[in-house]
Amino acid sequence: MDLKGFDQAGRHTAGDTRSVKVMIAGGFGTGKTTMVRSVSDIKPLTTEETLTQASADVDRLIGVADKTETTVSLDFGKIGLNDSLVLYLFGTPGQERFWFLWNGLFKGALGAVVLVDTRRLASSFRAIEEMERQNVPFVIALNVFPDSKDYPVDEIRDALDIPGNIPVVAFDARDRSASRDVLVALIHHLRDRSAAAVESR
Amino acid sequence: MSAPRRPSDPSGLERYYVLTGGRSGPGGSASSLDVATLVVSRSDPVPGMQHEHEEIIRRCREPLSAAELGAHLGLPFNILAVLLSDLLDTGRVEARDPVPAHEAGRGPDLALLEEVLSGLERL
Repeated sequence: MDLKGFDQAGRHTAGDTRSVKVMIAGGFGTGKTTMVRSVSDIKPLTTEETLTQASADVDRLIGVADKTETTVSLDFGKIGLNDSLVLYLFGTPGQERFWFLWNGLFKGALGAVVLVDTRRLASSFRAIEEMERQNVPFVIALNVFPDSKDYPVDEIRDALDIPGNIPVVAFDARDRSASRDVLVALIHHLRDRSAAAVESR
Repeated sequence: MSAPRRPSDPSGLERYYVLTGGRSGPGGSASSLDVATLVVSRSDPVPGMQHEHEEIIRRCREPLSAAELGAHLGLPFNILAVLLSDLLDTGRVEARDPVPAHEAGRGPDLALLEEVLSGLERL
């Protein structure tokens, strides 16, 4: 754990509060914000990340007026898990051209939920590839839209080429308890992975 | 989720320049700041303090994530991080990164996962 200043024993007990982070990924329009909204204790908020870091070396010589600063928005919500533990859920930007940002976004996350719209499987291919590339543990959640054909989970697993040890679940992102269950599936998956890692040591 | 955009109001950049004294990113203590880092005040605002610093101290009497602070203050994350680094460096606020901190090859602690699970199951 990285502590900043917490070694000077807190006179506020509030200093004992900890946070954990889960990312909600998936293609554009797969229901990331809908899921955050349905399960969050607060009305989802938006934080803006200004992207200049990637070209920082170039920008240093260029005036502000020439700067092509781009802002991406992350919608997020939070769930109070107990008196001293808060879970933050962050929806990732759906636009492919900002995915280089993800290295920073996933740092410190417990894991991710990758949402898939069964009518447009391909829209989440890139998100799945990114999780694998960055070694972020994830579960696949099929967001069942009202006009979705009833896809059997196994067929979709095959189509997306998801290994058998990664859970694939179907849910309705608008439903609070269904969204909660997807998070529970992710934590179960993380627990299984950690337990397996301990055994293989 | 809203589409990415370029700031349409050039005065936004000028405002940020003034707010941060021309710094474009935080140094030292806040350079690893995460969107889910919790910030909590360790002092009261003092007279003559920059308005945004005062606002951060006031809002963080209870721990608040950097993302929530940014949303409430209407500031982009990197600008907020500069302002937070001033307060961290002078000990007026403290910051706690989300657990687990990124450690290659090590999954999250089982006890933590059980705690998250029981919290979710109570929802």
